[in-house]
Amino acid sequence: MNELFYWQALNRAMDAEMAADESVITLGEDVGLYGGTYRVTEGLMAKYGEWRVRDTPISENSFTGLGVGAAMLGLRPVVEIMTINFALFATDAIINMAAKIPFMSGGQFPMPLTIRMPGGIARQLGAQHSQRLEHTLMNVPGLRIAVPATPQDAYWQLRQAIHSDDALIVLEHELLYFTKDHVDEAAVAPPIHQALLRRQGRDITCIAYSRMVMLALEAADILAKEGIAMTVIDLRSLAPIDWDTCVQSVQQTHHCLIVEEDCRFAGAGAELSATLQERCFYFLDRPIQRVAGLDIPTPFNGKLEAASIPRTADIITAARQMLGTQGGQS
Amino acid sequence: MDRLQMRAMLWDMLRARAFEEAAAQGYAQGQIAGFLHLYPGEEAVAVGVLHAAEPGDYVVSTYREHVHALVRGIPAREIMAELQGKITGISKGMGGSMHLFDASRRFLGGYAIVGETFPIALGAAYAVAYRRLPEAVICFFGDGAVNQGTFHESLNMAALWKLPILFICENNHYQIGTEIHRHSAVTEVYKRACGYGIPAEKVDGMDVLAVHAAARKALERVRSGDGPQFLELETYRYRGHSMADPASYRPNVELNAYQANDPIAAAIHEAESAYPSPEAMAAAGADCISHFSDHCCQEGHLDEAEITRLRQEVQTEVDDAVRFAQQSAEPDMQDAWSIFHHNRRYEVLMETAQ
Repeated sequence: MNELFYWQALNRAMDAEMAADESVITLGEDVGLYGGTYRVTEGLMAKYGEWRVRDTPISENSFTGLGVGAAMLGLRPVVEIMTINFALFATDAIINMAAKIPFMSGGQFPMPLTIRMPGGIARQLGAQHSQRLEHTLMNVPGLRIAVPATPQDAYWQLRQAIHSDDALIVLEHELLYFTKDHVDEAAVAPPIHQALLRRQGRDITCIAYSRMVMLALEAADILAKEGIAMTVIDLRSLAPIDWDTCVQSVQQTHHCLIVEEDCRFAGAGAELSATLQERCFYFLDRPIQRVAGLDIPTPFNGKLEAASIPRTADIITAARQMLGTQGGQS
Repeated sequence: MDRLQMRAMLWDMLRARAFEEAAAQGYAQGQIAGFLHLYPGEEAVAVGVLHAAEPGDYVVSTYREHVHALVRGIPAREIMAELQGKITGISKGMGGSMHLFDASRRFLGGYAIVGETFPIALGAAYAVAYRRLPEAVICFFGDGAVNQGTFHESLNMAALWKLPILFICENNHYQIGTEIHRHSAVTEVYKRACGYGIPAEKVDGMDVLAVHAAARKALERVRSGDGPQFLELETYRYRGHSMADPASYRPNVELNAYQANDPIAAAIHEAESAYPSPEAMAAAGADCISHFSDHCCQEGHLDEAEITRLRQEVQTEVDDAVRFAQQSAEPDMQDAWSIFHHNRRYEVLMETAQ
């Protein structure tokens, strides 16, 4: 078992899949000679050549569409979009082409396409480079969205995405690339869409994804000292969502707190909240609560930026309020 | 070009016309709903280009693609059934008029968003080039598509990596209702390809033989590794943009002028070379006559009786297609779900990825 950065885990996954299958190619801005903005494709061009690791012009719509067309001929392209903000130019290729061609063709064309891109808020990159678009992508039938929070999941889920015959988006996070953890490359992966219990506690269920899982775990540590036992569910996939794991936990704890970095309005948390109250209504002791990003373009100012997305303290406060306890009491 | 080839091209032009007229009729009678974009007037383009293609080539088309599909070999029955949304349609009733797909004939689809055919062709050609196969990708688009960003992005990449694409601009002079002089600063579309170093040429899209010759030459270059080629084919659609469009923005005199130079009439006159009827010669425009006289001596022989026979043949085929479509079942929601999940191995990705 290795200690790997998140980006290294992705790099290992790419390398493993490219070595195993000649139909796997990757393309995007600066993925080749430069090695990828976040080093994910480092070393791959030297090893596999420029036809398999292709530096593209800055033409997101057409090079993502290139991935779609190549997938229709049986290649397994991994398109890297430098950040999710640039994917807005590629939404036609993602939403109108990749998500719909398998269906519109009556099932004649599978779509073994993987699109990798980081989303989320990093550090003072300004509103155009600090957004989360999962709410848009989740709403498109035909797209799968994996949201790995750990290096191990980054490794597993990218490999599984490349194996998938569906259009699959691997949504990475700019602040996770340089987090480090153990990665077991030989371990058996859970299903790509299965939610995992990162921590178990009887009092309250906290559901999070991507970087918010880390905040939820921090909050759970602090709450434990107050005698509050919080379950932390890492969703790992936003489409589909592993409802059974969520429902089972909420039925046991009777409290559900959802944490998302995305804006609150019409986001992943709204979908989770709506479906879980439909399925768990009679088990709930309190209304489901959400801790979410503010509905505002991300401010550049560092303090305001930090205040616009959930912080560990917000999760702790929300949990205490739901359970009717005050800080420092048990 | 021998007599059989000319006969085959004429046959395809006639069936294309008959098919589209039957589709218009079906729309008027309520058998076909939604958007319906018809091809009459432009037959020389589809027939000329696709008769120059090999079975190993790929075709990417637009929402005005019934005739591309038909000439590519998709049975009229399966196209008409798709237009009617039936389960026997080529896309099982999930695509419709604008989304005909046929994997077995390498027909990569009709696309309803203007400018989408470029990146799809780019990707297909990338796969072909990566595998080093002697195949070409034929990318159809209209004059309205050349102001979309994907046109420039894709032409750049196609030229940069010398991808095997034949770009075919079906210039019918109108992006829906806006004439080319009002939507493009440079109205000679082929000149734009030169900006990316792609060999480009403008050809009379009403002359099926000229189209065929140009396409054959361009496809040879594409297959031999010369990189992308570009043809601008000037043509005209007799009907509006779709069945919902009365085309009131076009002067009648313009339509009449193009109809006088009708590609089907022209092809008939070509084929009739040995026995031209005086009426046919009078009905055809001046261009057709000069065209006819150029080829008159060296081309094959078709007489009027045979052309009548061809017309009956294609009408029988189209009538049969309409009957087939009408008698076919509609898909149910279960069909839709099973098609949606058809290729989905996602839920069973249980094992470690090895």
